Amino acid sequence: MIPPAFDYHAPRSVNEAIGLLGSLGADAKLLAGGHSLLPMMKLRFAQPAHLIDLNRIAELRGICEDGGDVVIGAMTVENDLIGNALLRAKVPLLAEAPKLIADPQVRNRGTIGGDIAHGDPANDHPALSLAVDATFVLQGPKGTRQVKAEDFYLATYMTALAEDEILVSIRVPAFAAGTGWAYEKLKRKTGDWATAGAAVVMRMAAGKVTHARIALTNVAPTALRATDAENALLGQPLNDATVDAAAQAARAICDPAEDLRGDRDYKTAMAGHMVKRAIRAAAARCA
Amino acid sequence: MPKKIINVTVNGRAHEEAVEPRTLLVHFLREQLNLTGAHIGCETSHCGACTVDIDGKSVKSCTHLAVQCDGSEVLTVEGLASLSKEAGVLHAVQEGFYKEHGLQCGFCTPGMLVRSYRLLIDNPNPSEDEIRAGISGNLCRCTGYQNIVKAIQYAANKLQQAQKVTA
Repeated sequence: MIPPAFDYHAPRSVNEAIGLLGSLGADAKLLAGGHSLLPMMKLRFAQPAHLIDLNRIAELRGICEDGGDVVIGAMTVENDLIGNALLRAKVPLLAEAPKLIADPQVRNRGTIGGDIAHGDPANDHPALSLAVDATFVLQGPKGTRQVKAEDFYLATYMTALAEDEILVSIRVPAFAAGTGWAYEKLKRKTGDWATAGAAVVMRMAAGKVTHARIALTNVAPTALRATDAENALLGQPLNDATVDAAAQAARAICDPAEDLRGDRDYKTAMAGHMVKRAIRAAAARCA
Repeated sequence: MPKKIINVTVNGRAHEEAVEPRTLLVHFLREQLNLTGAHIGCETSHCGACTVDIDGKSVKSCTHLAVQCDGSEVLTVEGLASLSKEAGVLHAVQEGFYKEHGLQCGFCTPGMLVRSYRLLIDNPNPSEDEIRAGISGNLCRCTGYQNIVKAIQYAANKLQQAQKVTA
């Protein structure tokens, strides 16, 4: 399978890339790691006349600290998230969860920004971004603006990113001391998308849950924040009844598409199980 | 679409070639450079038969454009033996696959070898679990994983002994 013909551009700076996006217009697509876009082009689901390759823009890679936030360049690849000491110290969920994404070769190419901006509910970073309360920094011809992960996803493959904008970085507040975290992903095999996945970030004090963010992967047209599931835990002790109540609230918002991974009932049930496992695993990490 | 000129070093040899932007790296290697070691398997970045090394990282060459390799160094299975100090001697991972019967039909083998080579540079003394995780992006449809793991362990031992001798 060979992609349809296109013209190729390899800008060296974000400004140059934005200029190209402006002049080439709707016929252009941004190329990040290419592990979603190139297969879609091979299958003719996408036929852009121009590819703007972001891989040679050094300013889009890397992880640094800015105030209380960790700032991740959008073109940082999954394997560089896994190995990053700053991320391990400040937002360990984002250093650990990418181990469950694809395989070692794909993680050398696949980027956090591509995973986020593609708008595929099967991708893992959308739910992870919701769970860590990430903010996306979008840059266009008129400058930059910030959009919360919660406000970014509109529908499958539809996001708040405008046609003339590029996702340049992801800002994540560093975890407060004692924060527990987990990402549980049910998949049939290495490299598969989640049948269902759940990300949990929580804190506890005096035996009760004081902070909870819960988000779901691949069980609806977009990643979902499970606010009712969070509320089922807040102020409560962790026991079978409260964990069950959270899982039930999470199942209630699932709207999965049936496919080879299972029917709607199965995926919804599995989402509930992933929520339970992730809550337990996150609680075990709370200090 | 006009072709682009790329300068790429493959297995230590510099090439200046004109490529269509849409040409995938695996097609460029196989059809333009006649290096047919990297195999075209699933074409969707699942099977790993097309794995090559680009600038020190394992990559699936079916999901990478040749034009993106401008200025890069690529290693394919054909280049492995030339990494030995003596000409014509197999690389330790190749010797391991041969000694431990790490292949049956052989289709996945070029990808397995190039991936194993990089895995043992990144982690010279991997546990069995680390080997299995390390080759999780390479599928063997003969399901010959048991001997593939043994082959990589053989290569790890051999490379470590060679290191001791040098040291």
